[in-house]
Amino acid sequence: MDSVTSTDTDTTATETSEAAPSLEVRGLAYAYPDGHQALFGVDLTVPRGQRVALLGPNGAGKTTLVLHLNGILTPGAGAVTVAGLRAERPNLAEIRRRVGIVFQDPDDQLFMPTVREDVAFGPAAAGLRGAELEARVHEALERVGMAEHADRAPHHLSFGQRRRVAVATVLAGRPEILVLDEPSSNLDPAARRELADLIRSLDLTVLMVTHDLPYALELCPRSVVLSDGVLVADGNTQELLSDAELMRAHRLELPFGFDPRSVTVPVA
Amino acid sequence: MGAGHAHKLYKHANSPVHALPAHCKLAAVFCFVVLIVATPREAVWAFGAYAVLLAAVAAASRVPPRHLLTRMAIEVPFVAFAVLLPFVAEGERITVWGLSLSESGLWGAWNVLAKGTLGVAASVLLASTTGLNELLLGLARLRMPSLLCQIATFMVRYADVISDEMRRMRTARLSRGFEARGPRHWGVLAKSAGSLFIRSYERGERVHLAMLSRGYTGTMPPALGDGPAARTQWARSAALPLAALAICLLGWTL
Repeated sequence: MDSVTSTDTDTTATETSEAAPSLEVRGLAYAYPDGHQALFGVDLTVPRGQRVALLGPNGAGKTTLVLHLNGILTPGAGAVTVAGLRAERPNLAEIRRRVGIVFQDPDDQLFMPTVREDVAFGPAAAGLRGAELEARVHEALERVGMAEHADRAPHHLSFGQRRRVAVATVLAGRPEILVLDEPSSNLDPAARRELADLIRSLDLTVLMVTHDLPYALELCPRSVVLSDGVLVADGNTQELLSDAELMRAHRLELPFGFDPRSVTVPVA
Repeated sequence: MGAGHAHKLYKHANSPVHALPAHCKLAAVFCFVVLIVATPREAVWAFGAYAVLLAAVAAASRVPPRHLLTRMAIEVPFVAFAVLLPFVAEGERITVWGLSLSESGLWGAWNVLAKGTLGVAASVLLASTTGLNELLLGLARLRMPSLLCQIATFMVRYADVISDEMRRMRTARLSRGFEARGPRHWGVLAKSAGSLFIRSYERGERVHLAMLSRGYTGTMPPALGDGPAARTQWARSAALPLAALAICLLGWTL
């Protein structure tokens, strides 16, 4: 696998424990209890600080893969390791803190009566209390630019704001890796751009599941393609999206008139 | 519908009543209502005194009387029941304006009406001066079982989401030319309700997944914000039930 690592150079200076990559998936296979096999031996390594797009048609197993990353699903074979820690039963609390999953529908993600309580949920479940907890909540909301909305109810926010708060809820746990499920869905262009700015500003390892190929190109120097439960491609996003044959073979389509070769990819 | 749903009762103001912690107010209202119910119905003056107490609290809370009175309309169905009592109850009958009424029925109606009205007024006052979230936190602080608190919290959070979904389904039905006009269309409505249930059920699963992903292990972490109430706050909240206690005792002895 020729992974493109354009971003991990700038984080090496700030991080001390360089040894383990943020995410390591080895030979991951999984079949649902009804017998349907969703993953057939997936290998994926994401170095610290890298942003990777996970592309693939509907039903390719993307969601199944994501639910393995924090131990919601238990692998049939293979293993998931997050910054050196195996995603297994005794480690689950720590694994779920390290892997921050932002689900597609913010109404599923934001289940507490106010934004503040929702952002506090993860760190509080991990045992944080009092002033430390307040500070953590404020810091997370500040990072997504929603600090002044802390006392509002989630359903009083716009969709874009809710998505940003959903990101804050996992940032509050200080995750090792941020996993975004269709982050740009249902966002208007301005909210979509604001979210991109936010993701770029985070300086975190990111795995982004998306159908929005221009968004993947904009944010992720590296992409992997999951199709029928196997990783069929892994490489530079621009090169990958320009490979018409590969794209066609896996039901990936660019928006009308979009040519990935004509775009100057922003430096991450 | 939609946004205002959860806040219809609450009326924001800066008043000493608003400032009290929710659990103090909850405990005070609960004791107050219990004392009202425990007062003998023959002590008519006592109920007047309770009403004066409530009016004083309402004045201190700066909630407009109109706001309180319109929200007390919820009592109307019970009033209807109380009005029926004198006509249907057994016992000695007396004649008022040519109507033959049961004396015990009249006392019963008065009992329901007076105690019910005071109880509803106290609850409306509580809900007008305390936000819904604070009330839930208050219940949690008063050691209501955590599971019940969680259910109530989720109900509050998702009532709007679900009623929104219901509205969208209705719009979709109307857009395809369907309008429920009679029993023949109930089948369609029943199916809509069914699919709403399934959608909500599935949402419940997704929410649970999101909770697990953030470290949920079956108990909610304790609430944010201020710790236990100060003694002065408890004392201030106790003013209402203590005054009511005095009235209640007098009602039994006089």
